[in-house]
Amino acid sequence: MTTTSTTPTAAPQQSGGRTRFYQVGSFAVGNRLLPEVRSLQSSRERNNTLTSGHRACQGCGEALGARYVLDAATAAAEQAGGSLVTVNATGCLEVFSSPYPESAWRLPWLHSLFGNAPAVATGVAAGLRAKGRDDIRVVAQGGDGGTVDIGFGCLSGMFERGDDVLYVCYDNEAYMNTGVQRSGATPPAARTATTQAVGDAPGNVFGQGKDVPRIAMAHEIPYVATATVADLHDLERKVTHAMGMHGPRYIHVLVPCPLGWGAKSSHTVRIARLAVESGLFPVFEAEYGEVTGVSPIRRQVPVEDYLVLQRRFAHLFRPTRDEQTIGRLQALADRNIRRYGLLGHPEAVPVLNDEATGATSTLGARADLNDAPKED
Amino acid sequence: MLREIEGSKAVAAAVAACRPDVVCAYPISPQTHIVEELSRLVKVGELDCEYINVESEFAAQSVAIGASAVGARAYTATASQGLLYMVEAVYNASGLGLPIVMTVANRAIGGPINIWNDQSDTMSQRESGWLQLFAADNQEAADLHVQAFRIAEELSLPVMVCMDGFVLTHAVERVDVPEQEQVDAFLPPFQPVQTLDPEDPVTIGAMVGPEAFTEVRYLAHRKQQAAVEVVERVGREFAAAFGRQSGGLLHTYRTEGAETVVVALGSVTGTLKDAVDTLRDDGVPVGLVALTSYRPFPEAAMARALAGAKRVVSLERAFSLGRGGVVEDDLRRVLWDRAGEVALTTVAAGLGGRDITSASLVEVLRRADRGELAPLEFLDLDEATVAAHLAAVGPRTEGAAS
Repeated sequence: MTTTSTTPTAAPQQSGGRTRFYQVGSFAVGNRLLPEVRSLQSSRERNNTLTSGHRACQGCGEALGARYVLDAATAAAEQAGGSLVTVNATGCLEVFSSPYPESAWRLPWLHSLFGNAPAVATGVAAGLRAKGRDDIRVVAQGGDGGTVDIGFGCLSGMFERGDDVLYVCYDNEAYMNTGVQRSGATPPAARTATTQAVGDAPGNVFGQGKDVPRIAMAHEIPYVATATVADLHDLERKVTHAMGMHGPRYIHVLVPCPLGWGAKSSHTVRIARLAVESGLFPVFEAEYGEVTGVSPIRRQVPVEDYLVLQRRFAHLFRPTRDEQTIGRLQALADRNIRRYGLLGHPEAVPVLNDEATGATSTLGARADLNDAPKED
Repeated sequence: MLREIEGSKAVAAAVAACRPDVVCAYPISPQTHIVEELSRLVKVGELDCEYINVESEFAAQSVAIGASAVGARAYTATASQGLLYMVEAVYNASGLGLPIVMTVANRAIGGPINIWNDQSDTMSQRESGWLQLFAADNQEAADLHVQAFRIAEELSLPVMVCMDGFVLTHAVERVDVPEQEQVDAFLPPFQPVQTLDPEDPVTIGAMVGPEAFTEVRYLAHRKQQAAVEVVERVGREFAAAFGRQSGGLLHTYRTEGAETVVVALGSVTGTLKDAVDTLRDDGVPVGLVALTSYRPFPEAAMARALAGAKRVVSLERAFSLGRGGVVEDDLRRVLWDRAGEVALTTVAAGLGGRDITSASLVEVLRRADRGELAPLEFLDLDEATVAAHLAAVGPRTEGAAS
């Protein structure tokens, strides 16, 4: 583990620490008891780069992901005797964290435009190099719109030049900042404001969009990884690993959006986990264009377990169940499982609801649909 | 050192002498020779800086933004479509108060595509918050870059140095290229007003709502107004340090006793001097105001320069479709309190690289002196082609439409 931790018996005071826990006087702080498996976030020494009090929605996956990413990146930079600056694309993260004259950032932070964060980060890295500041590292971040769509040219340019920047994409699969319109990362069949659940083929069309982690791999950059907010230890580890390397690095983090996905605020982590366990969002690492590791699925679940918690897919279940579309989404998940060997057998084709694989619905009856928040 | 040198190379040498930390480049005609020469200087070790080849002009300006935000002296160059492609970042650079210097090798904007010189590109950016300095010749183009870094860093605002594409960039002239020691004495190291420093973390580029945006804009305007004094002063200091007049707000030529004064920007002012001389020899009282600082617009200096004029001709290398002259609007404001006494006309000239001949200028100024100019004229317009087109496809009149 790369985490720094205090002993559980240490006085749970703020003195000397960087962050403040609401819960004091307990060993249960940070949800892990044992120091050696504690996450960085459970340490009072963490940097708290994104402070509480920002204006993100309740249950925002992006706020959660960004806090872990930047705290881990800062810690990694500091462990190497350096420090961090960050560049942010326009988007939810920028809007909810920097409403002048307030700022939730406790590290040097620069926002320029929607589409240029990778190029601005290139400039920051070049400027620091020119000033002889090899100790200051650069992390750039943006949502899927700013990354896979409008900023994609700049991102590719940053990759091919070999700039020393860690770029993190927080993928919530649509333009959430502008009111939930489709992006190049929106999954097929998902309802957005510009792919409405009407007509013969409701929701987003199949066969469009970009798989940017794989495109990043095609640039043969030092490091590409995917992660989710369901496994924050994994996210921390990947950020720390990436910060130990130089050159362009890319981490693509799935961050569910309660508002845009039509999900309960309390379901953000659960939905992210189901995205992984269904195979819809493969979690893997790659170095110089080769896959070097995958997070195997412990127990595969059908995609509908993931879909049914989100109103953006409600039209697949009501008024009638759309077997064909659910089947096509299942096929996409199955392909991911084959492609990355997520069940431990790269050639194996999983059969759903097969007793041999143990893959059954974790949810049972579709009563969960009623749990989903009402549409606005 | 006096050299026989291409304009682009003179500019590259001047920029190199300014010791930029980061140069970012995307090629576009007629800017290419500038960034090519800078890349060579870096490659052979004559210029110690980060040279970043980028994938677009949008990225070029963005790299400059990032570099400037960490306190590095940043430079880029572009033209025409390239300037338009980076416009979003152009506005952002000035909004963030980053003292980037950019050369624009002025060129027409398509469509139809046209690579030749006029000033449509930078004129489209007059509201961008950048200072715009126009070079009359290659000596001034080189000198203006040295001044631009001083002005930009003193004000914490970006500066565009505009030089006519091909006419200046590709012309070989005698240029006294600024020496390194001279530039070092004139241009101190960049001391940023704000910088991304982990020791003192700041948030740059925050979202600003209606409760503060008006004030932000007001302060930016005040800064532009203050820039008039800075541009003028730096021009004077440059003259004292380098022994030659370059930059400043504007230059006048034979305006004493001139009843007709032509106002122009860039290289055409050289040809205009010839035309003024010819007309003066004929006893026609004409003079010239060569405008160097278009933004900020030096209203007071312009009012003084035009004080004796009865007729003002705005000779423009750009055009506002559906309206008329671009600079004309600025001049109209200057002449507002003499609106009834001074005739203001615009002559659109040299669009898309059409030659502006001395003969044509003499003719149009002679007509101006006689009060024969229409409020808006196009120099050397091919009337026959226009008439044929109008007859064939319009724009249609009411009668023809039915």
